[in-house]
Amino acid sequence: MNGQKLAQRNYYGKALAKLAETRDDVVVLDADLAGSTKTSDFQKVCPDRFVEVGIAEQNMVGIAAGLAASGKTVFASTFGVFATGRCWEQIRLAVAYPRLNVKIVATHCGISVGEDGASHQALEDVSIMRSLPNMTVIAPADAYEAYAATMAIADYDGPVYMRMGRAEFPTSMPEDMEFVIGKATVLREGADATLVGCGQMVSFCQEAAEILAGEGVDVEVINMSTIKPLDSETLLASVRKTGCCITAEEHSVIGGLGSAVAECLCDNVCVPLERVGTKDTFGESGNPTDLMEKYGLTTADIVAAVRKSISRKG
Amino acid sequence: MTDRSLAELETIANKLRLHVVEMTYAAKSGHPGGSLSSADLMSALYFRVLNHDPSNPQWEDRDRFVLSKGHVAPVLYAALAESGYFPVEDLITLRKMGSKLQGHPVRGKVPGVEMSTGSLGQGLSMACGIALAGKMDGKDYMTYCLLGDGELQSGQNWEAAMFARQYGLKNLVAIVDRNHLQITGNTEGAIGLEPLPEKWKAFGWNVIMIKGHSMRQIVEALNKAKQSSRPTAIIMDTVKGKGVSFMENNAGFHGKACNAEEYDIAVRELKEAIQ
Repeated sequence: MNGQKLAQRNYYGKALAKLAETRDDVVVLDADLAGSTKTSDFQKVCPDRFVEVGIAEQNMVGIAAGLAASGKTVFASTFGVFATGRCWEQIRLAVAYPRLNVKIVATHCGISVGEDGASHQALEDVSIMRSLPNMTVIAPADAYEAYAATMAIADYDGPVYMRMGRAEFPTSMPEDMEFVIGKATVLREGADATLVGCGQMVSFCQEAAEILAGEGVDVEVINMSTIKPLDSETLLASVRKTGCCITAEEHSVIGGLGSAVAECLCDNVCVPLERVGTKDTFGESGNPTDLMEKYGLTTADIVAAVRKSISRKG
Repeated sequence: MTDRSLAELETIANKLRLHVVEMTYAAKSGHPGGSLSSADLMSALYFRVLNHDPSNPQWEDRDRFVLSKGHVAPVLYAALAESGYFPVEDLITLRKMGSKLQGHPVRGKVPGVEMSTGSLGQGLSMACGIALAGKMDGKDYMTYCLLGDGELQSGQNWEAAMFARQYGLKNLVAIVDRNHLQITGNTEGAIGLEPLPEKWKAFGWNVIMIKGHSMRQIVEALNKAKQSSRPTAIIMDTVKGKGVSFMENNAGFHGKACNAEEYDIAVRELKEAIQ
């Protein structure tokens, strides 16, 4: 089921290095974190199209917009908190509004950032980026999907926000997968509950489904890696079959995947929905495993949420 | 573009001012004060200095202009229309529902508008990106960015100023409309900007100080900036509301249109100036 542990950002770096060879219009911007975001892999092979802006994220977004307006496909990367919150209004005006070809790609999203603490743990980024018109929001499930999504968004003409984690975690997708923006993947078919995850929570969703299968509960697992536009077709087909839904994300339950799913469900179908995510709270320093446990982001939390959702069926 | 005489450019500047007064009066809102203070510069740029082709706004070798002080959209729209980017008759639709002439400029909506602006402090970063792309691609185009003085209180400008120097963007010219007034009143009473030329110099820029209503000085400064080996800041000392007696040095007309009585006076004054 789950594959080897890999860090998404390493595969983001690999994808950028590939794009350096194949696409002479790609420019990569960094705000003093190239070694951490792995944009350094692009810098090594293509220093002429790597732009260090320093610790100045607002300026980075304006520069990205100017480059994109001049025909470049721009990747701008830093940690999730700084890539979105620090320069949200710049992204709104300079990138989203004129629909420019800028990819804001963040690493170090979620509470599993760990020891750096709450200042560095992006738990609101999906919420604030999803609310921007023209913005596509992607949270790949694993390193392989991070690679495939990087290649896919390079081919898409428009603004994208993509979030990734810091840590290594198990793969859920095949290495040779093809990524289609806006298309969810049904990883496991089931009749009793629809379990929708994104990011590293997808691997926990798969574990939860396995555990529940042992109890005779048949869970359908969906990797909803594109949070906006949401694949409502896949979601609705599943919940019409199962009659209940659970979401799991390493993000606040306010405004993220859980909210996106809730919006879709309330417009279309009446089923119970349980949301696994952080509960309107900041994180703190600690090792990632302990933090995931304390903030309710484990396989056991997902299992409990599935049981609750099933119990709420009418 | 063409070799219009200084006198012709001055006349065009006053025509732009007249458009600004008419447009904002028709819209019953807008920002005439800063539009009038930058009208001479806009005339010099669009009718003499910029290498552009209004019949081909996407021409890839064109000089670029970014209006960081997006609220003076009326004077930009007037310059674009008078240059031939779109019919002059459209100007009167400013700020009306369905018009391409939004309250602040929008890229993709109006031919000749390079970037969306309106939230202050962002245009210079965008201009840096455009200038950097030109440098990467070995293009000769220049990138001009018009900034308000008040917006220099925003730190992003100084991030961009450091960046331009670091990347040797000699193809970038920032023009500061130093009219000394922001909504609150005098800039120095809000958050002081002086010594302003020293700030730009300390950030590694070539600095040119001019009188912003001297067409000769504006044209000379813009031409000189093209020869610089560093990014250039032209700080032009201007009068907010220039050209309309009761608007001059009046912060009250930062973001307010004329009433009927004021409109008649303003139109009369500007028409006299044009003749």
